Amino acid sequence: MSPFDASPLSPSGGAHVRSVVDEFHGDLLEVSMGPHHPSTHGVFRMIVTLDGERIVKLKPVLGYLHRNHEKIGESTSYLGSMPYTDRLDYLNAMTNNWAYALAVERLGGLAVPERAEYLRVILAELSRLQNHVCLAGFLLQDTGASGTPLMYAFREREKILELFESLSGSRMMCNFQRFGGCRTDASSEWLGQVSSLVNGFGAFLDEFEELITGNEILMARTQGVGVMKGPAAVSAGITGPMLRACGVGYDIRKVDAYGIYPRFTFRVPIGSHGDTYDRYMIRILEMRESIGILQQALRDIPAGPIMDPKAKLRGFRPKPGESYGRIEGPKGEIGFYLISDGSANPYRYRVRPPSFVNLTLLEDLCLGHTIADSVVILGSIDIVLGEVDR
Amino acid sequence: MLGTGLLQGLAVTAKNFAGSFHDPKRLTTVEYPEKKSVIPEAFRNFPFLVSENAEDPMGTLRCVACQICEKECPPQCIYIEKSKDKKPDASGKMQIYPAVFRIDSSVCMNCQICVEVCPFDAIKMDHVYEIATSERFETLLLDRHDLAKPNSYFHQIRPLEAAEVDGRLTAERKAAEEKAKAAALAKAALAAKPAAPAPAAPPKPPEQA
Amino acid sequence: MNAAQDTGETLLERAPQALRDLLTSHLPEPWRWFANSLIAIVAILAVFGLLFAALTLAERKILGRVQNRPGPNRTGPFGLLQPIADGIKMLSKEDIVPRDADHLLHFLAPVTLLASSILAFAVIPYGRHLIPVELDAAVLYFFCVGATTELAVFMAGWSSHNKYSLLAAMRALAQLISYELPLLLSWLPVVMISGTLSTTGIVAAQSAWRWGWMPTWHVFTPWGLAGFVIFMVAALAESNRSPFDLPEAESELIAGHLTEYSGCKYVFFFMAEYFGMTALSGMAVTLFLGGWHAPLPSLEFIPSYVWFGAKLITLLMGFIWIRATFPRLRIDQLTRFAWKFLVPLALVNLGTTAFWSLSFGWTGPLLAARCTVAVILVVVPFVLLGRRLSSGLTPRTYSYAP
Repeated sequence: MSPFDASPLSPSGGAHVRSVVDEFHGDLLEVSMGPHHPSTHGVFRMIVTLDGERIVKLKPVLGYLHRNHEKIGESTSYLGSMPYTDRLDYLNAMTNNWAYALAVERLGGLAVPERAEYLRVILAELSRLQNHVCLAGFLLQDTGASGTPLMYAFREREKILELFESLSGSRMMCNFQRFGGCRTDASSEWLGQVSSLVNGFGAFLDEFEELITGNEILMARTQGVGVMKGPAAVSAGITGPMLRACGVGYDIRKVDAYGIYPRFTFRVPIGSHGDTYDRYMIRILEMRESIGILQQALRDIPAGPIMDPKAKLRGFRPKPGESYGRIEGPKGEIGFYLISDGSANPYRYRVRPPSFVNLTLLEDLCLGHTIADSVVILGSIDIVLGEVDR
Repeated sequence: MLGTGLLQGLAVTAKNFAGSFHDPKRLTTVEYPEKKSVIPEAFRNFPFLVSENAEDPMGTLRCVACQICEKECPPQCIYIEKSKDKKPDASGKMQIYPAVFRIDSSVCMNCQICVEVCPFDAIKMDHVYEIATSERFETLLLDRHDLAKPNSYFHQIRPLEAAEVDGRLTAERKAAEEKAKAAALAKAALAAKPAAPAPAAPPKPPEQA
Repeated sequence: MNAAQDTGETLLERAPQALRDLLTSHLPEPWRWFANSLIAIVAILAVFGLLFAALTLAERKILGRVQNRPGPNRTGPFGLLQPIADGIKMLSKEDIVPRDADHLLHFLAPVTLLASSILAFAVIPYGRHLIPVELDAAVLYFFCVGATTELAVFMAGWSSHNKYSLLAAMRALAQLISYELPLLLSWLPVVMISGTLSTTGIVAAQSAWRWGWMPTWHVFTPWGLAGFVIFMVAALAESNRSPFDLPEAESELIAGHLTEYSGCKYVFFFMAEYFGMTALSGMAVTLFLGGWHAPLPSLEFIPSYVWFGAKLITLLMGFIWIRATFPRLRIDQLTRFAWKFLVPLALVNLGTTAFWSLSFGWTGPLLAARCTVAVILVVVPFVLLGRRLSSGLTPRTYSYAP
């Protein structure tokens, strides 16, 4: 008698078991991974049905970190939502701020001064660097690399967070962008620090890649694992590095050309296999492109004001209407959709979270792979539960 | 291939191991209780109320209980009750003061919006971070006595910002005094004439950028 | 040991023996043997217990240094008291047994594991005169005892009544049995060459000097090097160390078969893992690295047990270094690596050894031919099998969107 009679899933488990590769006619094993599990990146839960070690069904369970973000956004002022956006994807407060500010600026018809646009680009690309470097560390930690790549990643990330802190006052909860500009100006000393960090980042990436990219074990663990095809990804609404890894060259920085991105020359790396290794490598290559953007931005940043003089901090009441602001966040398209009814609070406040949308194909990616692959695939999707559950 | 990637990785970890003994870039830990990392001036953690005089903090609070921060605070952790009477502020003008000013530090998320919206530079962000307590109810709800810190402390933690604020306030006070003087003179001059125009309106609070 | 070597011995070389004799000399003759054995047991437990403590600290320190952080440094000078603090913490923890667990098996698993891993220490020659039990089939005994650990790990996983533990138990069985074979095949060449199963005999077979300075350790021959590498890889897997730590894969199975263990029993598992690692390293030293022999004739004045310890610690540091660098394999890749790579290599290595043994008398140009053929016999299968194993896995080049 199996000790797990509590899970009455027979091998012929009906329509909800999607692909049974049942060679030995054994019992299926249902394992609840999460919400407290070392590698579900927070409080995510996967109910995994296993045939041996192979996954035949995976049911994601969300909502353990639900904080009513959108309803809160509808009951606070436009300004009051800004610090809350920090807490969506808490690794990338800067890009969340920018997407929200962009939506409100379109709603209120505000222009952003030149210097503020450059600052935004610098901060967004720094944010991309630290997000991708974190992801590489977490992904490798999920493959079981005893923390060494993670520690190197965090060593570099800490330098970027210190820059965020000295500019905005907080390492992660930056609350930095405002409608029509930025909150504080960056000193030339700060910009100097950024450029020395950026110039040293390439060397760090080289060392990191030397440590792990050519590692045969990593290749065996990630190549051919969790393959996603381009058309499926497009129809599921996947964006960001996930989408580019399956060979679709879609980058909102190029497509929308928001802010001042058309001024910079950079390339968009695309993968050809759509597997976990591609998703990892695309991020490494994107970091190298980000270094190029940062160097151009630091070279060209002009002096000048950082706020639109028309912008009002308090009592901001845009005319009735709607707007959608989206940018290429490190995880994909982060967008904010706002409807104004002319009052001080938005009538509707909706977040388009990249982590959540990218997570929708998790079961398709995991089916047929082993339980060890499922954590690696989940790691390569790059989710932050603050954003998934909102 | 054939294990060369593995050997490369081993070389990198060996380099880091050796580097941790002589290269400070490869041993980045700051051992906290003994050593503390330098806090940048912009660092913000927890608001405090600025008082002009360290001897009499309650008497010289800059706060005039206008309740703007209470209204704008996103998590609504500020609670203010206006006073019934008025007290002279730093420039000698009679002002309402906060009879009750409480911040629930377990709710506050250090977003700095209260600081940005305050027209009187009365509330600023602190540099404290060792604020853990073992008492859950008494010590987390801070009242104005706990929150008040003198302007000299503000100068100490944020020298650049404090100098800028002080300069602006002195200039405003001077302008206000001159305006008041001019108004008084005009009043005196007009006292002779019966058809006097209304005195100049009191100076508006400065708009924050 | 031959008599010629015994004559030039220093006082230190005989010190452990002399100390023991001093303690037991006043006992009547029938009791002396018993007392001597008892002292040997206590000495082994004390030395390897201390080594275990030092090793946990060293592992954490080295991992820390590799990861650009200082590692434990709060308890005592340089964190030296950390193992004691850990011990007090672990031993004073509550021993939690799941309600539905099989209580007897749950209790027996750590005890079996620890006991069998300690038994393995009995036949390793630690020094010229330091071998606890002189057995004719010592190598066979060693690996028989080692095989018991598989049972214990499976017992732990099954009795915990936890799904993660059960998965871990299944993985452990697959892994340990798969790697038992390359482990056994990798030391067979040593037995072929030395013609004995006794550990003392194997060490004695490596005692000569070629050209007056080069030790004739087995690792310095083509088949010996291949055997040593296969042995160490299989030893990594047998002792559940990274990158083969699948049964306790933290990122997948929480803590695998240890999920439902706490307190003293957890310490037992932990100890058994390190004891197993140490014993396997000690056996590798004995089989391939010349046992307690010094690497140079001029260094023979240093006592033999110091050389044994130095080699042992070097191998253990290698274990830690590997753990600090590599990601973990998947279970199917792990077994494929054993059956499709290590086992064929080990089998080919048997043939290489046979050739080496048959061509013993070759001299002059024939000696060069002997070495070349042996090297080819080692390298070519490695490259061919390695290519096949890693076919399809390559670093990729990426294009950019137009």
